[in-house]
Amino acid sequence: VCLEIPGKIVELDASNPQLAVVDVVGVRRKVDLGLLAEESVRPNDWVLIHVGFAMSKISEADAAEQMRTLVMLGEGEAAIQEVRGYGLYELGGNEEEGGTA
Amino acid sequence: VRFVDEYRAPELIAKASEEIRRLAEPSHHYRIMEVCGGHTHAIYRFGLKDLLPTNVELIHGPGCPVCVLPMGRIDDGLSLTKRSEFIFAAFGDMMRVPGTHGSPLESKARGMDVRIVYSPADALKLARTNPTRHVMFFAIGFETTAPSTALTILRAKSEGLHNFSVFCNHVTIIPAIRAILDSPDMRLDGFVGPGHVSTVIGCRPYEWIAQDEGKPVVVSGFEPLDILQSIVMLLRQLRNGEAKVENQYTRVVPWEGNRAALRAMAEVFELRPYFEWRGLGFISQSALKIRGAYAEWDTEQRFAVPGVRVTDPKAAQCGEVLKGVLKPAQCKLFGRECTPEQPVGALMVSSEGSCAAHYTYAQHKPITIANAVSV
Repeated sequence: VCLEIPGKIVELDASNPQLAVVDVVGVRRKVDLGLLAEESVRPNDWVLIHVGFAMSKISEADAAEQMRTLVMLGEGEAAIQEVRGYGLYELGGNEEEGGTA
Repeated sequence: VRFVDEYRAPELIAKASEEIRRLAEPSHHYRIMEVCGGHTHAIYRFGLKDLLPTNVELIHGPGCPVCVLPMGRIDDGLSLTKRSEFIFAAFGDMMRVPGTHGSPLESKARGMDVRIVYSPADALKLARTNPTRHVMFFAIGFETTAPSTALTILRAKSEGLHNFSVFCNHVTIIPAIRAILDSPDMRLDGFVGPGHVSTVIGCRPYEWIAQDEGKPVVVSGFEPLDILQSIVMLLRQLRNGEAKVENQYTRVVPWEGNRAALRAMAEVFELRPYFEWRGLGFISQSALKIRGAYAEWDTEQRFAVPGVRVTDPKAAQCGEVLKGVLKPAQCKLFGRECTPEQPVGALMVSSEGSCAAHYTYAQHKPITIANAVSV
């Protein structure tokens, strides 16, 4: 539950300013920016993500370090799995996909 | 030692380890608590104990949300899910936590609609795509996770989505630290403060620990070097007779925390008068409940929750381990009746639980950087 995953902001959602597409080692998913309301977030910024929400802006070097720490902790795959799991229940998505444990 | 090449600055690790030896008074046995389960995991995983002198002991704290959740709350959540319209949505960590009649995963096998989500926002999406069902998000976590739940409730309200509610089990870290300090069989010299909780609450909420209790606190990152540096900072304070709050994790933790996150939490949550913690008992003002203004999205205000109370299996000594009075392996069930595959107590379920970490890493030698770094 404590995982914070580094990701790069790829683009802001034109239709919903609360959302942005992030890239986490090649996996792209939408995350919520609502908890960074006090900061300006732009494409190419790096953020730490927790349960689908961007929590902090960080530097690119710290993002790389955070990813290395996750891998060293043996949590690299869990982190990618978490990011892959974001948005499972989008309208039109495969609802059953999220049901498997 | 295959990880060593990837490790940043092994020479700094060796230096920090030497500095710890230099600072620790040989005549004193230091007991330092790392509050956060993420730190516990890292300490075991990296074999950091091997880099410390024997008189600097790390005590594993209560900062694993899965571990401190009382069994009755799981029973309550699953009991509601027996209703056919209910979907039980929770993070993967929750799925194997045993309730009286089995875990959420076992309930799923028995036909209940139990889903893993990776974000509370996805539980909300589940509600959108299943308008004839009721999605209950079983929320757990400290202040790292609570703001996301709060924002999700705000989003549900602004969308007018009514087939969604949160069964709120969010807890707050400060009262747990107070309970531990108040416990008569506990002697601690200082705290390695949680990293990601502090990105939200900042460093100020720990000041009473330094000022009133005279114990230093160092908020720490999760890398081996971060944790060792934090121990250096703690020992330096102790050596100088100081007690203050310091921030080792400045690259991520702002002193004042995350104001937007704190605002969302304050809008949606209020403190419960008291809440039961597994192993620690009832702690006053230690958990969050959803405010009356958001009752529509609160499972407990909206539905009749049984309010089950379950005493933990007598033989399991989770409470003593959680308070740091016993080491995981000193529990009678450890590694026999209670294993990560068949957990009896919650400390064995999550990788952030000290029993699971001890079980996983104590037998099989971890990545020990100690082997690679000459100390």
